[in-house]
Amino acid sequence: MPEQSNSQRSALEGVRVLEFTNLVAGPFPSLLMGLLGAEVIKVESITQLDAARRPPYAYDDPDGSPAFNGLNLNKLSVRLNLKQPQAVELACRLAAVSDVVLENMRPGVMDRLGLGYQRLRELNPSIIMASVSTAGSVGPERSYPGYAPAFSALSGLAHLTGYPDGPPGELHASIDSRSGATAAFIILSTLFHRRRTGEGQFIDFASREAITVLGAEALMDYAMNGQVRTRRGNRSPGAAPHGCYRCKGDDSWVSISVNTEQEWFHLCLAAGRAEWSSDPRFSDALHRYDNQDALDDLVGSWTRRHTAVEVTGLLQSVGVAASPSMSAKDLSEDEHLKERGVWQEIEHPQMGLLKIQGPPWWLSGTPPRIRTHGPILGEHNHEVIVGLLGESEQQLQNWVDEEVIY
Amino acid sequence: MPAPFEGLTVLEFAGGIPGPYCSRLLADLGARVIKIEPPGYGDPARLIGPFPGNIPDRETGGLFLFLNTGKRSITLDPAIPSGRELFSRLAANADVLIEDHQPGEMEQLGLGYDCLKAANPGLVYVSITPYGQDGPKAHWKASHLNSFHASGEGYTLPGGQTYESFPNRAPVAAGADLGEFDTAVLASSATVAALYAREFLGVGQHIDISKQEATLGMNRLEQAQYLGQGREFNRSRSYEYGGIFPCRDGYVMLYPREDHQWRALTGIMGQPELGMDERFSTRAQRIRNGDALNAYVRPWAASHDKHEIYDRVAPSGCPAAFFANAQDLMESPQLQAREFFQSIDHPRTGPVTYPTNPYRISGLPWAPPAPAPLLGQHNYEVFCGELGLSSEELPDLRRTGVI
Repeated sequence: MPEQSNSQRSALEGVRVLEFTNLVAGPFPSLLMGLLGAEVIKVESITQLDAARRPPYAYDDPDGSPAFNGLNLNKLSVRLNLKQPQAVELACRLAAVSDVVLENMRPGVMDRLGLGYQRLRELNPSIIMASVSTAGSVGPERSYPGYAPAFSALSGLAHLTGYPDGPPGELHASIDSRSGATAAFIILSTLFHRRRTGEGQFIDFASREAITVLGAEALMDYAMNGQVRTRRGNRSPGAAPHGCYRCKGDDSWVSISVNTEQEWFHLCLAAGRAEWSSDPRFSDALHRYDNQDALDDLVGSWTRRHTAVEVTGLLQSVGVAASPSMSAKDLSEDEHLKERGVWQEIEHPQMGLLKIQGPPWWLSGTPPRIRTHGPILGEHNHEVIVGLLGESEQQLQNWVDEEVIY
Repeated sequence: MPAPFEGLTVLEFAGGIPGPYCSRLLADLGARVIKIEPPGYGDPARLIGPFPGNIPDRETGGLFLFLNTGKRSITLDPAIPSGRELFSRLAANADVLIEDHQPGEMEQLGLGYDCLKAANPGLVYVSITPYGQDGPKAHWKASHLNSFHASGEGYTLPGGQTYESFPNRAPVAAGADLGEFDTAVLASSATVAALYAREFLGVGQHIDISKQEATLGMNRLEQAQYLGQGREFNRSRSYEYGGIFPCRDGYVMLYPREDHQWRALTGIMGQPELGMDERFSTRAQRIRNGDALNAYVRPWAASHDKHEIYDRVAPSGCPAAFFANAQDLMESPQLQAREFFQSIDHPRTGPVTYPTNPYRISGLPWAPPAPAPLLGQHNYEVFCGELGLSSEELPDLRRTGVI
């Protein structure tokens, strides 16, 4: 693990986040905030289970989902059945003692439940409320349903991913995470602002736009030149070889990226094919780029006789950028990531000892930390209702019996 | 209200996408960003394009212009001792430094974290590299292609629909240099967290950002399924049912996840009897009979246009999309209603329409930022105005290659 102080301080100490979220895009920003030390309370109910607790992530047991666990580490779970007015009232009381309310229901749902920004602001004038939805809270498409596959398409990113002569790419939950990571940035920014000024905010966040903006290069090309770009596989204008090549083994591939003449020369030597470097078809970057099909065949004829790890080692040792195309299994066994502390373990009450993924960044002075497993449904009812809101045990039990806490 | 980062100074000593996009996100919210570029040629992103009329010009590259709005540009070579002194003086007054040099390189220049923090304990020092500051691969070279394939996501792309037609082709990195943006976005959240912590700790810290770990971080859901359930994904991965369908003028995505969504879709397809069909009556049944379900949807999609399918299916509540290209996006009624695109005037390109940001903040009306700076445009302002050099010194600094 990278050098970090032993400080027990965390960056977001004392910050409380209340979330009404589902699957990935909503839980992701608060996952990051929880890793940075915020206390995150997740409002859940058996009547509205987080989709990450359901098939295909868990089949029989909502507490048996590694996916849910990975996206909800460090969080507290309180069961509130928001179909009941008393549960909504409890949610309001929690919002009143929180710094951030995060939700990714469809636009309008929080308002209908009586948990809209206007109401929460009356209870807590400096609250930051972040509404994460597919298209945002205004516009003709605001109420259309969205899942990651749909907005990876609408955002324009899928169109830019894949082979030029094949269909667009199929991007999955990672698109939700990207939206969530951008949302985390803007929530933290408003939190910083609040610390300085005391002002809260309403953040209207559109996941689609969070992805669309990443395709800026293609958008600028259309804006400047009216040119509509499409996908181009692994290729990159002006660089060759620049691709992913088959290696020895089952479905094993290595990515190679050559960007200078020196790197090209070193690749030829590393491959034991000095003659490639004097082939007039490959004499400079432009020629190599123009003759890429032939070049890729030659490079592939070399790589397929070695493993991806061997090719990578040979090329890195002479200063050429290369990496195996790594599977989840490769990553979990990777020495570099082990040493970096990416893989950690946690004891889960339902699933036992689980190998889990650590934080996506390292901060030396306030190290991000995994403190607890993703919560069992309602695991913290008592802590939240009795401990935080100061209600009696008896009252908690009554609410359980009345299916308010359900 | 003032913007959140008003009064904060960010030094950006980085090129390409990750560092510059991270600091641009901060600039959008009021930070004063000073971009330090190599004298003579500047940020390599200036050479990428697209260029108006396809005429290369380091001042008009579209990606560069997008990544650097609202910043100041100075030229400075810290490998020269006089340049290093100027760099240190700037860092002594900065709140954040973002750099993307190889591990150890900044230390060699005398500009490593330990060195700069001595003069400025409050500095938040952000280091961005392909594989992080330490570990056996810390010194490995990588372009986006490599770090994306090292993240696990490349291995799963383009996906099942492509795999059916081209089972022998290689996995691909996502388009748009996606992993570089992953890095920028995650670096921005860590940077703001460190600024937040500084308010009560009184000191800054060193942030270590790895491109590999950034994109891997976006794939937590899949990785958790592998680690916990042994579920492995490769590029044959496909939607359980629904998914991508070719249509008359492109491709659409149809994903009737819930029962009512499937019934809505069958109604629009003019085949409501399928909504009653036992084989498709529950999600579990639809997963089981996915091929049969898709065989009904495919011909319907193939005989309609992408906008028509989207405009009819999406309002029904069934998740639907079309695969948008740049033109579709710039003409999108939804994005227009949100004023997602805004015109920014630039002295060399004139007004151009830029994508902006995915958030609207109640207390912070969005105003278009200043255009990206010309190379070294703010040398006088920064070196003379801020560091107090006399204007007679600038020509010497220039002649000696310092700026």
